[in-house]
Amino acid sequence: MTISKTAPTRAGADPFASVDGLIEGLGSVGYIASRRIATALYMAVNLQKPILVEGSAGVGKTELALSTARLMAKPLIRMQCYEGLDESKALYEWKYGKQLLYTQILKDRMGAALADAPDMDAAMDRLHGMGDLFFSEPFLEPRPLMQALKQDDGCVLLIDEIDKSDEAFEAFLLEVLSAYQVSVPELGVVIAKTPPLVFLTSNNVRDLGDALKRRCLHLHIPLPEAALEERIVATRVPGIEAALTSKLVAFVQSLRTLDLRKPPSISETVDWARALILLHAKDLDPALVRDTLNVILKFEQDITAVEPQIVELLARR
Amino acid sequence: MQHTLEEFLRALRAADVRVSPAEAIDAARAVESVGYADRELFKDALCAVLAKSRDEVGRFDSTFETFFNRQAFDLEQPPPDGDHDQSPGEAAGVAESPLAQMLLRGDAAAVAQAMEAAAERAGVAEIRLSTQRSRMTRRLLDEMGLAEIERIIANARKMPEGEGLGDRLDRGRRALLAQAQAYVERQHELYAAGSGKALREEMLAKKALNADGGIDPVDLVMMQALVKRMAKRLADRYSRRRHTANRGHLDVRKTLRKSMAHGGVPFEIEWKIKKVDKPSIVAICDVSKSVAAAAQFLLTFLYSLNEVVDRLDAFAFSGRLIPVNAILDDNGVEGAILKVLQTIGFQQTDYGRSLQDFAESHLDRVDRHTTVIFLGDGRSNFADPRLDLMHLIQQRARAVIWLNPEPESYWGQGDSVMHRYERFTHVAKSCNTLGQLERIIEDVLRTYVPH
Repeated sequence: MTISKTAPTRAGADPFASVDGLIEGLGSVGYIASRRIATALYMAVNLQKPILVEGSAGVGKTELALSTARLMAKPLIRMQCYEGLDESKALYEWKYGKQLLYTQILKDRMGAALADAPDMDAAMDRLHGMGDLFFSEPFLEPRPLMQALKQDDGCVLLIDEIDKSDEAFEAFLLEVLSAYQVSVPELGVVIAKTPPLVFLTSNNVRDLGDALKRRCLHLHIPLPEAALEERIVATRVPGIEAALTSKLVAFVQSLRTLDLRKPPSISETVDWARALILLHAKDLDPALVRDTLNVILKFEQDITAVEPQIVELLARR
Repeated sequence: MQHTLEEFLRALRAADVRVSPAEAIDAARAVESVGYADRELFKDALCAVLAKSRDEVGRFDSTFETFFNRQAFDLEQPPPDGDHDQSPGEAAGVAESPLAQMLLRGDAAAVAQAMEAAAERAGVAEIRLSTQRSRMTRRLLDEMGLAEIERIIANARKMPEGEGLGDRLDRGRRALLAQAQAYVERQHELYAAGSGKALREEMLAKKALNADGGIDPVDLVMMQALVKRMAKRLADRYSRRRHTANRGHLDVRKTLRKSMAHGGVPFEIEWKIKKVDKPSIVAICDVSKSVAAAAQFLLTFLYSLNEVVDRLDAFAFSGRLIPVNAILDDNGVEGAILKVLQTIGFQQTDYGRSLQDFAESHLDRVDRHTTVIFLGDGRSNFADPRLDLMHLIQQRARAVIWLNPEPESYWGQGDSVMHRYERFTHVAKSCNTLGQLERIIEDVLRTYVPH
């Protein structure tokens, strides 16, 4: 749950005017987007709808939201979901300590204020007239969702791993996502002046409800094709040689055709490329691959399954 | 174009992509903002708005390709010196038939457009069954004015110098016929193929599971998918909200109210506490000879349940009773079923003995949070049914549910002691089709399984 402000990127043409502009704009902040990704984002901005991003871990779901915030030069408000997350952590909380202090002050002042009232009825009238601050804005502690709605210049709201939250919480999000407003029972409705651009990400831990899906645009990010992945690696790991990039991407792509518990995704490819740069590797040879296999494969049984096939996989182009 | 979009949405619905009216409005807005000019952009934009899961994206793609696929339509181009057969053409009545003119001009685009218009008039998109295809083709061609073409051909052939014209029109007519067939075929694929699957699922849901021969192997995969979906629905409702208790939030209202007694000093602190049950399920499944046909289905259900419910103790019995959690955990669905059946299946049922096994070794699994589900026909082969043990289980458990694959009218006939067991259950239901099972999951488990 952080807010990060970034400096505006290049001024000039609005990158959100067309899909091609958006691809280029995202590229300028280091995110290589496929056409489908850019189109979905373009639609989200144009239709003012939240966008639900699905895909396996490490394909760049969260990164898309971060890059978009950078591109729009707007603050990013991030909310990580987990089981048991509820509105007091997502939306707002009352500042209990201050509220209790307030009642103490109230009690001390009450005697003086009501001393000259002739009878009980008059005292009660005066009490009602004093205005109740107990549930009021100053005592409100805004949490990410509320913060996002209160950003007058708009912001990017990232609701990360929505599938990890409870179903009840999902239902609670519906109001925020469709009307960009929340109801606080004690205060009324808080409406966003500028609707935030909302990203929801999901790993498919559980099926999301239809009501939520219906309010969102859907984007599934698949594992990328070789050409796209090479471009991603080249952008993310500056200084890597083109020959090495295409070799390692080809190897990772061939790994994905195997039956693995967790096939490597883009973030693993990028990590591996970085590791190879650190090792000053110029070429992929079986020994090097064997030594660094734990960067791309995260399960012991995957590593043992792949190890005997390394030479063959390297030869397969 | 609005109409085309609506037709496309209908095709999507037929392909099992759920499109609500709200999404239809979004689709229209999306099309408005991207336009039709760029096919890829148009497709991706609609995809983002309409397809809401990975499967749906796949179905969207294939439906889109089929729907917006307009094969180039090969028409014979007119000979370069096309003017010389003007006179027989006029005599044969070409001028009155726009279709004949199009064919003679070789104007494929115009013919395709005319076909779309005629298809709308003929209601080709209403096609439901594969047997309607030839009739639909005929209707489509009639709407386009095939009769006139045939008349013109006949007229032209009668004239001495009209032979060339007749032949050309005849070739055009054949091309048109092929095109119309392909068109209707595509419409069938778009609107009707999906409903066939829905129909089969519906039939399967109604099919009695203990019918002779059990489930057709062809349908087995589909049935497993259905059962899995049901079990998942149950689990979604059931497995959440375990970590919410005692998370220690101050309950301001209650604290303030209590503090009144102490002159406003918050002396007693009240916390927001959610009481959370730790529910569990014990499933006991009969795999004996008498339920042979249904056993596979019951085990599939058990397997799916085991996959989705964390705290499930699964047991299988015929002569004796064994825990099968390990088998279900370690094998795929078919392997697990086979293994359970190999280990314990198809022996003489002995309910009394099996209940005794359960009571001796596993009774500690049953406490007041436990829902016990029996899957069996309650046929004891005239052995002692050990109602005392059943009573014991009922007393310990939160709820006892009995799902019997036999219809209720068979209960108590022959060696069935179902009616006697029924007294010790909270609910006993006949459950011999997938449809019934689904309903029971909806109704019974919602009431009896705590969540």
